[in-house]
Amino acid sequence: MKQLMLGNKAVARGLFEAGCRFISSYPGTPSTEITEEAVKYDEIYCEWAPNEKVALEAAFGASLAGARAACAMKHVGLNVAADPLFSISYIGVQGGLVICVADDPGMHSSQNEQDSRHYAIAAKLPMLEPSNAQEAKDYVKKAYEISEQFKTPVLVKMVTRIAHSQSVVETEDRVERELIPYEKDQERVMMPAQAKRAHYKVEERTKALTAFAEEDKINRIEEGTDKAIGIITSSTSYQYAKEVYGDQYSILKLGMINPLPVEKIKNFAANVDRVLVIEELDPIIENHCKMIGVQVSGKDIFPLVDEFSQRVVADCMELPSKEFRSVDVQVPARPPIMCSGCPHRGIFYTLKKNKCMVYGDIGCYTLGAVAPLNAMDLNVCMGASLSGMHGFNKARGAEAERRTVGVIGDSTFVHSGMTGLANIAYNQSNSVSIILDNSITGMTGHQQNPTTGKNIKGDPAGQINLVDFCYALGFPKERVRIVDPYDLKQCDEVLKEELEVCAPSVIISRRPCALLKYVKHNPAYSVDSDKCVGCRSCMQIGCPSLSFVDGKAVIDATQCVGCGVCKQMCHTGAILDGLLTQSAVSGESKEGSVN
Amino acid sequence: MATRNLMIVGVGGQGTLLASKMLGQLFLNQGFDVKVSEVHGMSQRGGSVVTYVRFGEKVYSPLIEKGEADFIVSFEALEAARWLPYLKMDGQIVTNTQEINPMPVITGAMDYPDDIIGKIKATGAQVDAMDCLSLAREAGSQKAVNIVLMGRLSKYFDLPEELWLEALDAVVPEKFRELNHKAFELGRNA
Repeated sequence: MKQLMLGNKAVARGLFEAGCRFISSYPGTPSTEITEEAVKYDEIYCEWAPNEKVALEAAFGASLAGARAACAMKHVGLNVAADPLFSISYIGVQGGLVICVADDPGMHSSQNEQDSRHYAIAAKLPMLEPSNAQEAKDYVKKAYEISEQFKTPVLVKMVTRIAHSQSVVETEDRVERELIPYEKDQERVMMPAQAKRAHYKVEERTKALTAFAEEDKINRIEEGTDKAIGIITSSTSYQYAKEVYGDQYSILKLGMINPLPVEKIKNFAANVDRVLVIEELDPIIENHCKMIGVQVSGKDIFPLVDEFSQRVVADCMELPSKEFRSVDVQVPARPPIMCSGCPHRGIFYTLKKNKCMVYGDIGCYTLGAVAPLNAMDLNVCMGASLSGMHGFNKARGAEAERRTVGVIGDSTFVHSGMTGLANIAYNQSNSVSIILDNSITGMTGHQQNPTTGKNIKGDPAGQINLVDFCYALGFPKERVRIVDPYDLKQCDEVLKEELEVCAPSVIISRRPCALLKYVKHNPAYSVDSDKCVGCRSCMQIGCPSLSFVDGKAVIDATQCVGCGVCKQMCHTGAILDGLLTQSAVSGESKEGSVN
Repeated sequence: MATRNLMIVGVGGQGTLLASKMLGQLFLNQGFDVKVSEVHGMSQRGGSVVTYVRFGEKVYSPLIEKGEADFIVSFEALEAARWLPYLKMDGQIVTNTQEINPMPVITGAMDYPDDIIGKIKATGAQVDAMDCLSLAREAGSQKAVNIVLMGRLSKYFDLPEELWLEALDAVVPEKFRELNHKAFELGRNA
């Protein structure tokens, strides 16, 4: 049956059809939907792991047990999973093991633009690169065949524009696979003697895979009519090349990006006057071509930075550009912002007010960095807030300890903030670690995590108690504080106390994400325009429900969720609690709750 | 047939994804090759969002570039202006007149431009602007702005209305069917 499928959904469909039994992943844009779609198939056990390293190790364990297994992650997740990646390349697999990694050229939702293809080369693993949803499904199934034939994990690389584009997919039935029997084989113990033998095997495997790349139709030539140019390309760049040139030039479309063929490329190049390599980000194909003595144009024409499109290709090839219109007025930018009622707002306002140095982390709360809060100095990678703050404080001493905080979300804390906090507890910097516990993994679209008490299906699961965890690390009870970020006074008092005290401390800012379905909202607040003096104090919190009309604050009742933070900013009592105004009108009290 | 290009633009959280899903289903049902490119993740948090819908005999790129869109369907007035350069010279804009302040306006750093729809018209672009929020409320939910706009867009296509409603029914839950049909009709006949 033909269906329109998101690329990531097609990956999940491929996993299903291939008989995959086990998936462990950590969410990350643009990879998240792979696992969210896979969990809808009862035949596949799926879980959210605390991080990508754990996910890959778990998936490898399932492969060792003889099951077809998979994990999915974003490009920077593969950095976290890199340690097991390199070793399991040596050990090899039992059941097929597919590692789906989604790159984000253009950084739609990422902190860097790294090219995952380097990992395939470095870890000596085959990598497939689909160029649409149908290929995403087909290549996953192919990846399992390659995995089991060559006893190797296989990487399937997605990019945002394939992961998050829907295109037409023909589905097939699932083929069940029996578990491959487990047998003890101490060649899997990676001590030097075994590892040395394993490395020789890996090099032999790469030779065999190169021969496969020469022959298999996953690397295909589409003959063109004009031999002036031949294009070597892969992934989404193939689509842009076809969009611009149609069937004019011959194209060598590479579906397997590591290892790359040699003879196939040489033969292709021999039949055209000039070879063009079109690939996003780094010159992986280009450098390979040059290494095997094939002269090509690539990054001398096309950019190293940002995602491509048909326009990028056309502009670089100096083809005529299309006419367009534009308004002759500056259109204000519309950057992403914290939602109305976001529990992060109150704590970031408090940090701004106290002029803190804020060592940030990865999540929705990175939006604490944008105007008007501007309350984040930097962020690095998952978990770096607490460990980085520790180093900063150790280097600068008491002066820094009295104004520096690290902020980290609940999911990011479990991902890789726990070890940073352990370092603070162990090496004793007087650091203030703020855990922003909104009871969900927010930015990637509400995934459960080990602190929420629910598994990927929303069913009851084990739950890490963050307070008990801090106690277990040795934080005394009085140094583990819980605040409600809707209560600005409490946040301010507790922050000041913990910055002053000469001991490591943890503040847990606890309030569920305002977008969670079970969170009940209060009635919208309103502004008494007679009392509003237009001082703009309320505007300092950057709430999208607030605006200024004719010199007075106005609250958009369709957006306001009644968090009450703006009311605490107002010096003239002009902001009215929706709950009170409502009961005054109806003459009866109504119980309101945010939780 | 040359590939046809539609863009759906708006503010994160306005329901642009559902509209693109419906259009994708509609054109797939007519036997076309279809690509729909969405935005997930950080940009969804109240930022400017865009979805590309392309259909034809064979669609390659999932993206639409400057000067290529046959239609821009905008959920918010300022967003229509922002994405105007992506419209073909003879393309059509269908837009909601609703104004949602972006952060630079909220903080007072910039003003929301006056009569932004007028400014788009002044460029010579064809603009069909209407208050979709009021029509959506009339249909029963302010969330139905997306379906009101789909109803309006349907007027520009030579496809029987039943086919649009069939695609709509395929993407919305049955319990909201009546409301969505009403929203569609209000948009189509406004």
